[in-house]
Amino acid sequence: MASNAAVPFWRAAGMTYITYSNICANLVRNCLKEPYKTEALSRERVHFSISKWTDGKPEKPTIRSDSPAE
Amino acid sequence: MFRQASRLLARTTASRRSRAFSSDVPATPAQDSNFIESWTKVIPNIDPPKTPSSFMAPRPATPSSIPTKLTVNFVLPYASELSGKEVDMVIVPATTGQMGVLPGHVPTIAELKPGILSVHEGNDVTKYFLSSGFALIHANSVADIIAVEAVPVDHLDPALVQKGLADFTQKLNSATTDLDKAEAQIGIDVHSAMNSAITG
Repeated sequence: MASNAAVPFWRAAGMTYITYSNICANLVRNCLKEPYKTEALSRERVHFSISKWTDGKPEKPTIRSDSPAE
Repeated sequence: MFRQASRLLARTTASRRSRAFSSDVPATPAQDSNFIESWTKVIPNIDPPKTPSSFMAPRPATPSSIPTKLTVNFVLPYASELSGKEVDMVIVPATTGQMGVLPGHVPTIAELKPGILSVHEGNDVTKYFLSSGFALIHANSVADIIAVEAVPVDHLDPALVQKGLADFTQKLNSATTDLDKAEAQIGIDVHSAMNSAITG
């Protein structure tokens, strides 16, 4: 049952709490002074190794690096 | 058709009444004595395995008198900033306003907005800037503070904060969709919070 209570503006715009809190966290990280900023941003970086499977065998994996969106 | 209805209704109300609040902390024993007993009956030559309850300290029971200190657990996804630290008071940035938490506070769950968390220990005040999170205050004067990102206030760069504030103010004026507007509004909120944290 949907609640009729007042919702925050970001919820009304279709954002989830996770999206909202991640945006907030990123903005804070981007405003840090230098040694801390690089440290905080590198902590959030994610690497994926992706390989497609053809005929039951994996192809050469490719590395994809995602840093959190601004 | 409704033969069971009265019984079912009675059961739901009864179970609801007896259900404890999530903030109430059950006093759990360190080891399950029944389990140990049955284990030694079945396998007497092997020591019983350790269960989570023997590794994790049980939550302290709610004392009858209010303790002098507040126990604070402050955790981030990548670090444990404060773990079971005894302090005098914390002030958390709840969405409803700054909320001071002293020992003996009523059990509450508060959503946090970007702002300052100050930890008061005698004359020492430690200030962190939180991005967002939750504070769970338990009846036994234990407060759990959970945040996505938290930094000491002096790690923030005032120049970058001013620049971000200007950027997002401009973005809000040029935003067309609801989502863009909300993003710009979040930007303004976070940067103004950081700005007042640095200046104030």
